[in-house]
Amino acid sequence: MKNNTRKRLVENKLILWVVCIFSALTAVPLLLILGEVLMRGYDQLSWSFFTEPTPNAYKVMKAAAAGESIPGGIANGIIGTLIMLSMATILAIPIGILCGTYLAENSKNRFARIVSFMTDLLQGTPSVIIGIITYIWVVVPMKGYSAIAGSIALFILMLPLIIRSTEETLTILPVSLKEAGLALGGNRAQVMFRIQLPAAFGGIFTGILLAISRVVGETAPLMFTALGCSMIRWSINEPISAVPLLIWEFFNDPNLQDLVWGASLVLLIFVLTLNILSKYIAKKWKQ
Amino acid sequence: MSDKLYRVLLIVAAIIVPLVCGGILYALATDAYEAFNHFGFFEFLTSTDWNYTEGEEHYGALPFITGTLMTSLLALIFCIPFSLPVALFVGEYFKDTKVAAILSTVTDLLAGIPSIIFGLWGFYTLRPLVMALNISPQGSGVLTASLVLAIMIVPYAASLSAEFIKMVPNDLKEGAYSLGATRAEVIRRVVFPVAGSGIFSSYVLAIGRALGETMTVTMLIGNTNNIPQSITATGNSMASIIANQFGEAGDLRLSSLIAIGLILFLITAIINMIGKLMIKRARII
Repeated sequence: MKNNTRKRLVENKLILWVVCIFSALTAVPLLLILGEVLMRGYDQLSWSFFTEPTPNAYKVMKAAAAGESIPGGIANGIIGTLIMLSMATILAIPIGILCGTYLAENSKNRFARIVSFMTDLLQGTPSVIIGIITYIWVVVPMKGYSAIAGSIALFILMLPLIIRSTEETLTILPVSLKEAGLALGGNRAQVMFRIQLPAAFGGIFTGILLAISRVVGETAPLMFTALGCSMIRWSINEPISAVPLLIWEFFNDPNLQDLVWGASLVLLIFVLTLNILSKYIAKKWKQ
Repeated sequence: MSDKLYRVLLIVAAIIVPLVCGGILYALATDAYEAFNHFGFFEFLTSTDWNYTEGEEHYGALPFITGTLMTSLLALIFCIPFSLPVALFVGEYFKDTKVAAILSTVTDLLAGIPSIIFGLWGFYTLRPLVMALNISPQGSGVLTASLVLAIMIVPYAASLSAEFIKMVPNDLKEGAYSLGATRAEVIRRVVFPVAGSGIFSSYVLAIGRALGETMTVTMLIGNTNNIPQSITATGNSMASIIANQFGEAGDLRLSSLIAIGLILFLITAIINMIGKLMIKRARII
């Protein structure tokens, strides 16, 4: 009997240790990735890395022959990313919030359940499929790759995320808030736009930040829509570059491989900052 | 704004989602039709040929379906020994403590890293390691891709499972403690049986993530158009063949790639639906 108890206690301790050790091991890849990108990308960051576009093959070879470091930077990618991201966000915010509001207001109705189900479906759809779809819908009719196509792909990717965060935030608001507004004589639209949505602002804003951080690193959907471009471009109906597209380009081009870590570092810093910021805002808002 | 206008506005916004979903299915199906019509539906699914020499064009999806299933299942197997301890750490052992909050922040950040950076890291760090350990001569392959995929899906599986482990009622656990059970026994005899279906559904959703993951797999699987003969062999997944060849393909090849996209869309949709339904059931209990 005594023997058995000891065995059980040892087993109990053992499992606790296994849980702790394996949990700690999960943090290792994050540190390794951050460490590697930071160490190998840090040297490349300079002012010109942010202000100059991708160098062409001739410039790279000339620099290599002279023994200098590769000239140029990722300005074309940064500008492309910012243009497409802002167009996608401007489209996704109103539609996402309105759709999320609909779901929160009519949770029991049949159409709302279909929409809710479809939102899950859309959220689970692989991003590469969204790329194909935008190619069929936008690139083929417009007869060319463009920033518009890239933004629409990003918009479709962001939409379900914003819908869900709006719906979830609105449903956890106290009902008394809505009832007070209605009792004061406001109609449902007034109560929603003047009371409920402002009260839910923190949660929705967090969701928008997370949605941006989720799509900014998307590469596959942009490959078939925005295509990429080695010049700095401001027009939205021509092919345009993006930071993840540049990473992919540098990865595949042996001449430009030195630039890949700098570009990754910029992307990683942007994504992680957005992530941490959204967590911080969510925490503040809950208090 | 009048109530009527308000209601119409909401419905118009809400209708966009079913429109997009229906549109996806419709566009994929019409553009994949040429390939299915040319080769026959079942022939396309079971053929292992991927030949784009002009005049001898023949396309089949089997190597890529196999590649996708192999990488996702292996990733799931590698993911369990890490995601389950994390879920227990956050949801049971150190529930609502600062350490647990730190660990969930770490996994959240891990989930936030773009897949192209995971691919890059796998290519420059993990691939040389696989080569050095003599596991495979070229380093890239199904195994390397699944290892990185596993790291990518750990956060999803862990945070969802933790949610279900947290929901196990305290009085059940206290009952077991009062009968003299150790914590490990409570986890095995009470927590797992009660939260089991929820934990299982979180792994179903994690696999749904792994199925469609594109860039990481493209960078690490080796990109050969054959059925991988072993887990260290090279291959291609459905997503990676699309990423590799979509830009340069025309006509029949483009249609075949879109057909592969349609198959991928249907598989992920079914897996996700099953996962969501199971989660709904598990939440009621």
